[in-house]
Amino acid sequence: MAQAYTPGLTVTRRATHRVRRILPLAGDVLVQQGEQVQPEQIVARTHMPGPVIPINLANQLCVPAADVPGCMKMQVGDLVNPGDLLAETHGLFGYFRSGYLARAGGVLESISEVTGQVILRGEPQPVQVLAYLGGTVVEVIPEQGVVIEADVTFIQGIFGVGGEAYGPVRMICSSPEEELSASLITGDMRGAVIVGGARMTGEAIHRAIEVGAAAVISGGLDDQDLREVLGYDLGVAVTGSENLGTTLIVTEGFGEIAMARATFDLFRSREGDRASVSGATQIRAGVMRPEILIPLSAEEKEQITEPEHLSGILIPGAPIRVIREPWFGRLGEVADLPSEPHVLESESKARVLEVRFTDGSTAIVPRANVELIEQ
Amino acid sequence: MADREARPIDPEQINVILATDCGSTTTKAILIEKVDGHYRQTFRGEAPTTVEEPAADVTVGVINAATEVGELAGRRLVDDDGNLIRPARDGEGCDIYISTSSAGGGLQMMVAGVVREMSAASARRAALGAGAIVMDTIASNDRRLPHEQIQRIRDLRPDMILVSGGTDGGNEAKPVAIAELIAPAKPQPRFGSSFRMPLIYAGNTEVQDRIHQVLDDSVELTVVDNVRPVLERENLGPARDAIHDLFLEHVMAHAPGYDRLMGWTDAPIMPTPGAVGNILQRIAKTGGINAVGVDIGGATTDVFSVFDGTFNRTVSANLGMSYSISNVCAEATLPFVMRWVPFGMNERELRNRVKNKMIRPTTIPQTLESLIFEQAVAREALRLAYIQHREFATTLKGVQQQRTVGDTFSQQSGGQSIVDNLKLDLLVGSGGVLSHAPRMQQTAAMLIDAFEPEGFTTLAKDSIFMMPHLGVLAEVHERAAIEVFERDCLVYLGTCVSPRGQGRAGRLCFRYEISGGGLSETGELLVGETRLFPLADGERATMKVEPARGFDMGNGSGRTVEREVRGGTVGLVLDARGRPLVLPENEEERRQAMTGWISTLGLYPG
Repeated sequence: MAQAYTPGLTVTRRATHRVRRILPLAGDVLVQQGEQVQPEQIVARTHMPGPVIPINLANQLCVPAADVPGCMKMQVGDLVNPGDLLAETHGLFGYFRSGYLARAGGVLESISEVTGQVILRGEPQPVQVLAYLGGTVVEVIPEQGVVIEADVTFIQGIFGVGGEAYGPVRMICSSPEEELSASLITGDMRGAVIVGGARMTGEAIHRAIEVGAAAVISGGLDDQDLREVLGYDLGVAVTGSENLGTTLIVTEGFGEIAMARATFDLFRSREGDRASVSGATQIRAGVMRPEILIPLSAEEKEQITEPEHLSGILIPGAPIRVIREPWFGRLGEVADLPSEPHVLESESKARVLEVRFTDGSTAIVPRANVELIEQ
Repeated sequence: MADREARPIDPEQINVILATDCGSTTTKAILIEKVDGHYRQTFRGEAPTTVEEPAADVTVGVINAATEVGELAGRRLVDDDGNLIRPARDGEGCDIYISTSSAGGGLQMMVAGVVREMSAASARRAALGAGAIVMDTIASNDRRLPHEQIQRIRDLRPDMILVSGGTDGGNEAKPVAIAELIAPAKPQPRFGSSFRMPLIYAGNTEVQDRIHQVLDDSVELTVVDNVRPVLERENLGPARDAIHDLFLEHVMAHAPGYDRLMGWTDAPIMPTPGAVGNILQRIAKTGGINAVGVDIGGATTDVFSVFDGTFNRTVSANLGMSYSISNVCAEATLPFVMRWVPFGMNERELRNRVKNKMIRPTTIPQTLESLIFEQAVAREALRLAYIQHREFATTLKGVQQQRTVGDTFSQQSGGQSIVDNLKLDLLVGSGGVLSHAPRMQQTAAMLIDAFEPEGFTTLAKDSIFMMPHLGVLAEVHERAAIEVFERDCLVYLGTCVSPRGQGRAGRLCFRYEISGGGLSETGELLVGETRLFPLADGERATMKVEPARGFDMGNGSGRTVEREVRGGTVGLVLDARGRPLVLPENEEERRQAMTGWISTLGLYPG
């Protein structure tokens, strides 16, 4: 059968998208089913148990651990404020007592006669979850969170760093082949989702952070620049918690590589609209890719129909991207899907396909080395 | 289901065995049948693992894999209702069904102990030996402040926790203090927020009551015998058994479809690495040999060793060939990777290539240059994983030693590595980059360069990663497991002969005489040289090696050794590059050395 399955990144003008927004611990959901929410609206809230402060009173008071309960001036459940007398020794005939004044506040949680240690628990810490995607609450999961749905322009990147961000789309390159350099970034791009063409340079990233851009999106990125920006060499692709101030997303990969024309044109068609972006990437079981979501207005929903999905099936004519050298980053379409395994230059035997590049030339590549461009 | 008794099995009545290994992405099934009185692995099949949506039931993948094996074997293994047919009858069904699992990221644990090098190390060994990934080790002397330790316990979401500390009748306060750190952290298990964290206490037995008092409200506590009852001895068995029980009761029971799968199997489901360790130990015991096994995956590398009957396992969590390839390059550094490549490459481009492999982990090398680079990375991943293993597999630390005047110049402290390459008899490699290398010589070269075997070492690969299946099979039918291991599991590559010691290039390293297996050879190797003699799989030859002074083949410096050596698909590899292996610093000389090694083994075309 002349088709095969290969996963790809989704780049689509219209898709019905759902996001699950869940609290790390049980808490309160603040919105109702059917309610319209904005991206930066709080939809659920809870409190994490406060930080724990252990104090070894046996050491502090120079008494055996077993004597500590007898020296306590406060009991389990009491609220301790900084400076409160927490414990005091009996001294000698009531004289020469030594005490321990609390240096931090909290609720006294436990007193151990084995180790002489007491535990103070600090104030609970609030945790809140934002809607992230502007849309309709379609499901409320009691005490946990919500599911939000919206019709969006949906673009998946291949790799990103930094967390969730929001802002209007600003195109700053005239073509997908144009490098995203620092000189193109201006002070009025504060809070914007900047979209470039080919590689984003290290200077451009620094400039974007400096002006306070919400995100920078482009075709490629040099590992050397990433290392310099992060301050360390990224070992495994589990990202999203970096604190750069600006989220970075590449759509194609590492190196000097142009953004796919279709992706670039799609961004251009949505210029000025507000986007929700997330750089979180997790390339492990349960893969997670960075994403750009741009909700459609009611008018746009009327005009744009949802395209038919190829569902990951490689068939002759399907648009693909080669994702490994020697043709890394080249775009084309499937010309043929020979069923017999092929011996590669490396002598590995693999199932292959013939790709016809946009310039009309053809090449044989392993099926594992292409990805479908889902449109 | 976890406490379900395995049904009684009469080994003589077992003719057909179905075994599966449910990995994170693929469920692999093998069929073992009795052929002419011997157990042989006959067919294999695989299907995607189905623990995630839309199927969310592991048994779907198991049935698909079993169906594929059945179709290949011409034997119906699954009935119309989607159940395995048992027992075997009239060309259908199987007598035993067994399984291992590493789906959902395997078994992830946190361990804690009083002293990092003593009770915490013993707890770590127990967890690793049971097949777990150890996410962190908390100890009184781990240089973190108590509040930092508590925060760490809160942040981690392991499947279970193992706590040790204190010898029996020894320190009481410290193990209780560890429990007092865990209790307020209120650790949450990875799966199922409504369940309490399973915690095993395997420390000083005198304070078990105190531990109950401290922990009963916060965790699901199981108390077993101390992993370190006295400083001189470890007792890891009870803790390992408890880990396996809790793995079934808590971790597996919460994974989709596992309750059904547990009802199907004739032996408890084992974590995949635990099963590999099990078979390696039995093989080492049966053959009276020392063995090392390695499984290099996309994200992690597992190393198993049995030396003088002592088993050790380590997991290098971020050393792998796809997800973790960037980390290998970061840890080893690019110059160390590039020393195995006989030509120059642009560093900036290489760094981008490595990252592109990391973000698109399923791609394969199309060009020869890519393959050579990827195999260079594999050497470094394996080398680093083996270093970590050697550092972990040590004699017990903290043991008091009685010394005499005679020990003045040979004092050995506790904590010496028990991994001794000169005593290593069998080195087994598995995992994509080793198993699927286009030429067997490439597998042998990667193993030799990374592990630097000394003396006489048989090299083999587990081509379809059958060791997990055999590890769990050994629990119910040891003879079948060992027969299949001997006949079908391993592909023997040959024997590496290399003396320990270093010398100046061009000086004599050793003389040799080889007879048998169609060979009759004598000669000598100078330092830096390598040679390959064909000795087919199944053939054996007698080899006498006379090392030069300063070189050791196992009998001491300069002493002759005679041994029977085993052939394989590669043959007999004579390696006089020296141990430890040091490649020339001069770029041109290094490339020449690599080109010579590549040419000796015929590693690459052209």
